[in-house]
Amino acid sequence: MRFLDKKTNFDFMGKRKIAFVVSAILIVLSITALVTRDLNFGLDFTGGTLIEVSYPAAPQISDVRSNLSDAGMNDAVVQTFGAATEIVVRIPPRDDENESDAELSTIVLAALQQGVEGEVAMRRVEFVGPQVGDELTEQGILAVVYALIGIFLYVMIRFQWRFSVGAVAALVHDIIITMGVLAAVQVEFDLTVVAALLAVIGYSLNDTIVLFDRIRENFPKLRKANSLEVVNISVNQTLSRTLMTSITTLLVLAALFIFGGEIINAFAFTLIVGVMVGTYSSIYVASTTLLELGVSKFDLLAVEKEGAALDDMP
Amino acid sequence: MNQYPAWKYLLLMLVLVVGVFYALPNLFGEDPALQVTSSRGYAIPLDLEATIENAIVSENLAFKNKEKAGNRLLYRFNSTEDQLRASGVLKSALGDQYVVALNLAHATPMALRSLGGKPMTLGLDLQGGVHFLMQVDMDTARSQLLDRYVDDMRSAMRNERIRYVSVRREGNGLVALLRSEEDRSSVQDLIRSDQSLQGLIVDEMETEEYFGISATVQEQQLLELQQTALQQNINTLRNRVNEIGVAEPVIQQQGADRVVVQLPGVQDTVQAKKIIGATATLEYRAVDEANDAFTAAQSGRVPPESRLYNDDTGNPVLLKKRLIVSGDQLIGASSGFDQQTGQPQVSVTLDGVGAKRMLDFTRDNVGNRMAVVYIEQKPGGRKTEEVISVAVVREPFGKRFQTTGLDSMAEASQLALLLRAGALAAPMEIVEERTVGPSLGADNVEQGFKSVVIGFLLVLVFMAAYYRVFGLVADLALFANLILLISLLSMLGATLTMPGIAGIVLTVGMAVDANVLIFERIREELRNGNTPQASIRAGYDKAFSTIADANITTLIAAFVLFLFGTGPIKGFAVTLSLGIITSMFTAIMGTRAVVNLIYGGQKRVRKLAI
Repeated sequence: MRFLDKKTNFDFMGKRKIAFVVSAILIVLSITALVTRDLNFGLDFTGGTLIEVSYPAAPQISDVRSNLSDAGMNDAVVQTFGAATEIVVRIPPRDDENESDAELSTIVLAALQQGVEGEVAMRRVEFVGPQVGDELTEQGILAVVYALIGIFLYVMIRFQWRFSVGAVAALVHDIIITMGVLAAVQVEFDLTVVAALLAVIGYSLNDTIVLFDRIRENFPKLRKANSLEVVNISVNQTLSRTLMTSITTLLVLAALFIFGGEIINAFAFTLIVGVMVGTYSSIYVASTTLLELGVSKFDLLAVEKEGAALDDMP
Repeated sequence: MNQYPAWKYLLLMLVLVVGVFYALPNLFGEDPALQVTSSRGYAIPLDLEATIENAIVSENLAFKNKEKAGNRLLYRFNSTEDQLRASGVLKSALGDQYVVALNLAHATPMALRSLGGKPMTLGLDLQGGVHFLMQVDMDTARSQLLDRYVDDMRSAMRNERIRYVSVRREGNGLVALLRSEEDRSSVQDLIRSDQSLQGLIVDEMETEEYFGISATVQEQQLLELQQTALQQNINTLRNRVNEIGVAEPVIQQQGADRVVVQLPGVQDTVQAKKIIGATATLEYRAVDEANDAFTAAQSGRVPPESRLYNDDTGNPVLLKKRLIVSGDQLIGASSGFDQQTGQPQVSVTLDGVGAKRMLDFTRDNVGNRMAVVYIEQKPGGRKTEEVISVAVVREPFGKRFQTTGLDSMAEASQLALLLRAGALAAPMEIVEERTVGPSLGADNVEQGFKSVVIGFLLVLVFMAAYYRVFGLVADLALFANLILLISLLSMLGATLTMPGIAGIVLTVGMAVDANVLIFERIREELRNGNTPQASIRAGYDKAFSTIADANITTLIAAFVLFLFGTGPIKGFAVTLSLGIITSMFTAIMGTRAVVNLIYGGQKRVRKLAI
């Protein structure tokens, strides 16, 4: 079986103006979504308390709410979680000095049990203090920034600075659009989503590097071709691999999304979006940037030797 | 001809055998078990085993097997029900001296265990349990330090018979006012020489009437305070956790002023929180017999050497400021009932210094009253202090005595527990909590397992359909990769969390990338008209540097994730990185070996099934 039986010869780079417009629109839409709707920040970043319980039989949400407001939790948000018997209660952080946030879950559990036959079982309690929330936000942003710097340097050493710019441009493009989608559909943005974003960086980069590698290999081989043709040929040569890897990765992500349970849902969703955007960006953002920066075969002469040495290894 | 030397096959076989061996323990699951240790950390006496076994047998329970390792005894049971019943039986049979903890002991056979085989540890999100991040309230610790300096300075001046106007805290330091220049210089000498006043930076200060000294605490001293407070808190937490009976708890410092506490398998989180966060301690103080508490409370004029407290009914009690004994001089405590009145009580044992001070006080004060103050420190410097008992000293006593006045037996036993475990040097606040109930943990394991299996099967089928023989070879490599990854995680003692499972699933998806790169390269070479053997060789050779570059950059991202991530995110980073490394091995060397076996020996290969 093969999707692309013959040598393909699509004119990818010829369509780069269209791709540029598409990317620009996507980025503008994403930023708009991020600004107007904001990310649906989860507990990890906002601080507060989350309590998930399982009822013996599906409760009336209104009863649950009135139980909670009787206990003085007027600001509690009640939702079902997955099944009708599973309830999640979210409580924003408290400023109240006399009542420690950490004790809230005890009060809530007692309140939920009121008037229910059988045991309301605690499934999960998460409490994040406001100072921890701020730190996690800072760490999340730092992680993304340091990953980008590390990648920029590695690509610069193994390839050349134009390639670094291309790779990082593609990654920034991916992150913005993925986060835009997250904001648009209001997926809960928690720590696992940050992990997913970093995995998207890893994945998209993987794709970009494979393409760059081919471009580096093709420059000395195709002496008569100009830079645009070299890039085009390279994209075509790696196309079936790009599709294959995207498909296998999407297959497992779909399994994770469907069977992995509620907790891992946002993680899988983020990666699914990221893998699709990442595949597109390696072709259009990374290599277009490369071309716009005026890459030529002279850029790679010094590094080529190092690459050749590695090629000889088994 | 494509042939691998024999040593490469041997190496592959060896790695695979070792991999399978260390991955195996994960198949055996876990037994519900009870772990018995001495609450003082002593060795287990020889007759204890017989006591335990008699207790278990007398309740018609049976244990599966037992194990003795160092200072602990481990009994495995056939069901959780047996385990829970036996836990109750043993707790009442063994009493305070031993800790009976619920445990899940892995059921790995002896043959595997003797060579270090053990299953992956399940994270709290998979087995249920509590994770707390606690922050030490350093402001309160500092304020306590200043209070101590003020007290010590007063008593040092009294001992040297220097008369002072006042000594009090002011801002981040303390101020002493004196009547003459000579007094001031002798106080300065005192601060330099007195052992209890070290670590102060002294400055002279002029006021209109008096000769003043202002002192601030050295930065070094504050840092030391922070470090010792944190260390003592960790020790205290460890003692308390041992008292609750938790198998394999994690208690670690994180950053400058935080402690992580993880209690796997703990189900009663309310109780756990109460005991871990509690800062209850006792103080013994003399009652001010010379003044009347009610008058002082009404007029607001409290004698300078005394302080006003309330008892549990809200009545005022006037107590001397000088402390007789405080909770940190306690070395033992146990709860029980007073034999005459039947009231709950705590029997207390003091250390040498405390015992001497108590003896000195009671000897001089027979017939006077002594009060017990129950102090609970809340985060943010708030403190509740309550006089729980006032009793007349009937005869001198020292090392051992009883405290009554507690509301219930439960309160008495909790206080005894807290006193035994030691006080927290500074109050702590829970700044993060993640508790997973056992039912959710079990669901997570099931869902995680299901998604790994389904994702894995999908990729296997897809690869086989797309690349035929080569696809099957890649499938073999993928399978080997999964085994190696699991065995590495088990060997490293890594903790498997839900994000870790996600990392494994993602690795499965991405691990085939190396094979896809190679196989596409081979197809390309074939299309360019090369012979099958040459195509195989060229495919592997040319794809190598691409695979290396692509994987190293992914490793950079995973490494950053590891550095910045906390808890579960770290788990994801670890599985992802290990998966990338093992996949390089299986996808390149592993598949090449099998491909060489299939095609390498044939002189003329007409066509490759790719």
